[in-house]
Amino acid sequence: MRSELTRFPLIKSLLKNRWPQMVVLFVMLAGFLFAILSGFIGTPVGNRNFGIIFVWIAWWAVLILVAVPLFGRGWCAVCPIPLPGEWLQRGAIMDPPMKKPRWFNLRWPNRLRNIWLQNLTFTLVALFSSVILTAPKVTAVVLAAMLFIAIGMSIIFERRTFCRYICPVGGFVGLYAQAAPLELRVKDRQICLACKDKPCYNGSAVGYGCPWDVFPGGLTKNTYCGLCMECLRTCPYDNIAINTRPFSADLSKPPIRMDEAFKAFIMLGAAMIYAGVFLGPWGTMKLAAYSVGSLAWFGYAAAFLAFIFGLLPALFLGAVGTGKALTKATTTLKKIFTAFATALVPLGLMFWVAFSMSFVLTNAAYILSSLSDPFGWGWNLFGTAAIPWQPYLTTLLLPLQTLTLIGGLLWTARTAQKVGSEVKVTPAPVILFSTLVTIFMLGLLL
Amino acid sequence: MKPWFFVALFILAGAVITFAPLPVTAAAPARRTFRVEANQFAYAPAVLEVNPGDTVTIELVSTDVVHGMFLDGYGLSVTADPGQTTRMTFTANRSGSFRFRCNVTCGALHPFMVGKLQVGKNRWLWRAIGLTVLATLAILILPPNFPKAETG
Repeated sequence: MRSELTRFPLIKSLLKNRWPQMVVLFVMLAGFLFAILSGFIGTPVGNRNFGIIFVWIAWWAVLILVAVPLFGRGWCAVCPIPLPGEWLQRGAIMDPPMKKPRWFNLRWPNRLRNIWLQNLTFTLVALFSSVILTAPKVTAVVLAAMLFIAIGMSIIFERRTFCRYICPVGGFVGLYAQAAPLELRVKDRQICLACKDKPCYNGSAVGYGCPWDVFPGGLTKNTYCGLCMECLRTCPYDNIAINTRPFSADLSKPPIRMDEAFKAFIMLGAAMIYAGVFLGPWGTMKLAAYSVGSLAWFGYAAAFLAFIFGLLPALFLGAVGTGKALTKATTTLKKIFTAFATALVPLGLMFWVAFSMSFVLTNAAYILSSLSDPFGWGWNLFGTAAIPWQPYLTTLLLPLQTLTLIGGLLWTARTAQKVGSEVKVTPAPVILFSTLVTIFMLGLLL
Repeated sequence: MKPWFFVALFILAGAVITFAPLPVTAAAPARRTFRVEANQFAYAPAVLEVNPGDTVTIELVSTDVVHGMFLDGYGLSVTADPGQTTRMTFTANRSGSFRFRCNVTCGALHPFMVGKLQVGKNRWLWRAIGLTVLATLAILILPPNFPKAETG
């Protein structure tokens, strides 16, 4: 079922050569800096500002509807945020210079080698999302903060610690990359075991050691491989392959850790809350989410946190516990809980796809007008500034969302069955839990 | 029984749930008028319920800045200046659930200022719930390794 893409010389040379990736990265970096600039100096009206439209509608649509489901961490391969920090850290832009790192080059603390901090940063962004998504200056501050934190961390720590442990986007992209039909793996593990210098991890004259702090020879999941292609460049044995594979190939390999399990709950819960707040008709909820610092906002934040970190995991624990009791399994509840949380990955991804369809199709019309007038200053660069707003394909929206959600449920149920056979616990209660949350999401969207 | 028999049965049941005509509660078409107040960033009332065939008039009143209303599915729109009332009249000849949205930039949360027009029962939601339950039944009844078990 796997097919190696790098067996095609054209694909392999495009990936091994630094130039194609660098060209894309430069374009992305220019767009990213322009988004920050437009946030600071452009109109404060969100739907007329390039920063808001291109980050939260155009980029988000590409990320969640295409990049993550099909290419996993493909976005991380061309993300501009770590770029300036990485250049500083390496003292080079293209090929690696033959000298030692010029900054502190510290190891990331062992206690923080998990994604709890990414769970925290995503939750913080999610709590303030009503303002971040709609206020250009706030979006610009958040984007600039990410850029400067990434630079600072590149100076203090080795490799891409920001991407691996802090980035609020990287956490969920890594989680959902497990479901993607694309992977980077070694061709023959024995070659890696026999390799003495391990240039894929330590670097060599032709490339850098893995920026993601991953030894490719030990890769079994997509979660932490950023598809940066350095190992493809450094491996002296041509032992690295990019493969296509069946969807969700990694998900049949539980267990995941508790930090990753909670990432699944955070994403699942946030999609449901967003569907209610942003797409529902309840103005009080919208105002509460927007009025940061008010009593209503604290109520919203408390409900948000209670739902994501309390109610959802508690209901899931009840389902898992029921399964354990029915099967009289001897495996610990914690192990079963984290193992079955893997099954929520497809459901969460499809919840986000369904939510984003509605959000993107109704706001896509702003993309053309903000291209012509990125700062909202009355320009008309490409003659598209006056294109009137109108939602697209709304008659197809409900059937598409229904199919997406039911498809996600089937995918999750099948994954739960695989997990169940691994941990020897009936998956039926987890499937029932997934059915109930799917019905809840249908109620919010339809 | 062979799993393929169940697959055929589920597909048939899915088609019935999706396409079967549902009983219609016959209500004579009536004239319905709603006064909808728009302010940042909500409509009040936010959910309007009418029967299919009703002649619906929406009086849009803005209580703060300029707001608008674009009705999905019907493609109708209207705008209202602060303190003024504008009207939109149409025959609710399409059943289902339709979002209406502000179509005049009115502030930060403008893209999320939405309401809902319900024409008749929300049948699509009930069909979707039916399909969800059917999908769950199918996954629980069919062997976990289906269709590999059949072909392999």
